[in-house]
Amino acid sequence: MSKTALQFRHNGRDVAIFVDGGTNLLVALRELIGDMTPKFGCGQGGCGACSVLIDGELHLACLTLAETAAGRSVETLDGLKEGPNLHPLQRAFADNFAAQCGYCTPGMLMAAKALLDRNPQPSRAEVVEAISGNICRCTGYEPIINAVLAAAGNRARA
Amino acid sequence: MPVTVRTFGSAGEAASALSSDRTARYFGGGTLVMRALNEGDVSISSIVRANDVALRRIEAAGPRVTIGAGVTFAKILAERDLAFLHAPARSIGGPAVRNMGTVGGNLFAPNPYGDFTVALLALDATVSVQGGFGARDLPIDEFLQSRERQAGNLVLSVSCPRPASSDAFRYRKITRIRPKGASVITLAAHVPMSGGRVLGARLALGSMAPMPIRARAAERALEGRPLDTSTITAAASAITEGTSPVDDALGSAWYRREIIGVHLRRLLSDQE
Ligand SMILES: Cc1cc2nc3c(=O)[nH]c(=O)nc-3n(C[C@H](O)[C@H](O)[C@H](O)COP(=O)(O)OP(=O)(O)OC[C@H]3O[C@@H](n4cnc5c(N)ncnc54)[C@H](O)[C@@H]3O)c2cc1C
Ligand code: FES
Ligand code: FES
Repeated sequence: MSKTALQFRHNGRDVAIFVDGGTNLLVALRELIGDMTPKFGCGQGGCGACSVLIDGELHLACLTLAETAAGRSVETLDGLKEGPNLHPLQRAFADNFAAQCGYCTPGMLMAAKALLDRNPQPSRAEVVEAISGNICRCTGYEPIINAVLAAAGNRARA
Repeated sequence: MPVTVRTFGSAGEAASALSSDRTARYFGGGTLVMRALNEGDVSISSIVRANDVALRRIEAAGPRVTIGAGVTFAKILAERDLAFLHAPARSIGGPAVRNMGTVGGNLFAPNPYGDFTVALLALDATVSVQGGFGARDLPIDEFLQSRERQAGNLVLSVSCPRPASSDAFRYRKITRIRPKGASVITLAAHVPMSGGRVLGARLALGSMAPMPIRARAAERALEGRPLDTSTITAAASAITEGTSPVDDALGSAWYRREIIGVHLRRLLSDQE
């Protein structure tokens, strides 16, 4: 079967790849582009480890047909850091012990970014809602919720 | 296994492609189709998509609203004129699933999904379907009865009347996990009042049968009566009539039958 040429923006950089029909965006990012920051947890939409932003909206890469990303902007955790500096959300996750094994962290950070980009001063309930599609088997969620709220607070002061 | 993906610029072209190839599957938001592909479902050998803005249109200004089949739940939540549909839209998945999943796909979603469809069923929605022989409008209950046979057709849009007041339409989804979780049971009630009595009662239930169903016996118990304690009690005791829930990981059939009356009573008497 022939492959389809696909171009999109990946963390602000233009990329071009060839995909098999039916390839999901998670496979495209990890295996064809080499961005290992979105994680494979379930391939079923259930865990959120593969969360990425497409044109600023939170999407599950494992349930996204790769070719639907054509011409769009895909952001992953790899694009979050600003040069050598951690993004304020990353810093807040580190300071608040919001990552243990770290497997859910890339997805959590992207879900949190999607929230703060639209709503820089969220309530606790809004943070809980924003990460409700992301499963964490280590932290019990409290440190993650606190980290997102802390990052929002830090932004307000900056 | 690679599949063939065909993307069309118009809904009409996509509809002809679907009707001429029985093995083709329409790809809406893809939250269920992609899941099946990831699992290696070999029954899907080709995918049809449509990049038609008409499928993403919302007409919500008038007394009757029309929602394109490709409209996502996030778009419904962003539309102030669709406030009466915000509770069912918000009850679906987490934020990413709401950014991806569509109204059209929800019509086909098997249990425990199909929550938005439950709301549409209580609102007497009409489903606009394009097949090989042109477009036609079907009442949603007729559409659901023939759902298996609709697979080769393209749903273009759904439309429903706007409830007369915010009180007239009520929705409740029972889950084990909050804020996000699959439905144990889902209830939607349309109870328009006229002269202090219910006129045109519609009750729809999710996860109480293989697909969303109307609770007609309970509707009859409400019809023409004031929405008081004795009417609500009568409706609650008739609510399981015609249902056929199953045992699954979320709850047993017995449990579903036990709790549905309780939640109907709470829904109709405005209790948490
Ligand atoms: C993690 C997770 C959580 C979920 N939670 C919920 C939930 O709480 N409640 C709920 O109801 N659902 C839930 N779902 C299921 C699903 O996301 C929704 O039901 C959604 O509405 C499906 O729409 P879609 O566009 O993604 O469907 P798709 O996957 O694109 O399609 C599903 C089916 O519908 C057909 N179809 C789609 N659009 C059309 C059309 N226009 N014409 C003809 N056929 C069409 C497809 O061919 C396919 O057979 C969840 C899914 C996931 C992965
Ligand atoms: S890998 Fe995508 S949601 Fe689990
Ligand atoms: S830190 Fe281990 S899953 Fe969240």
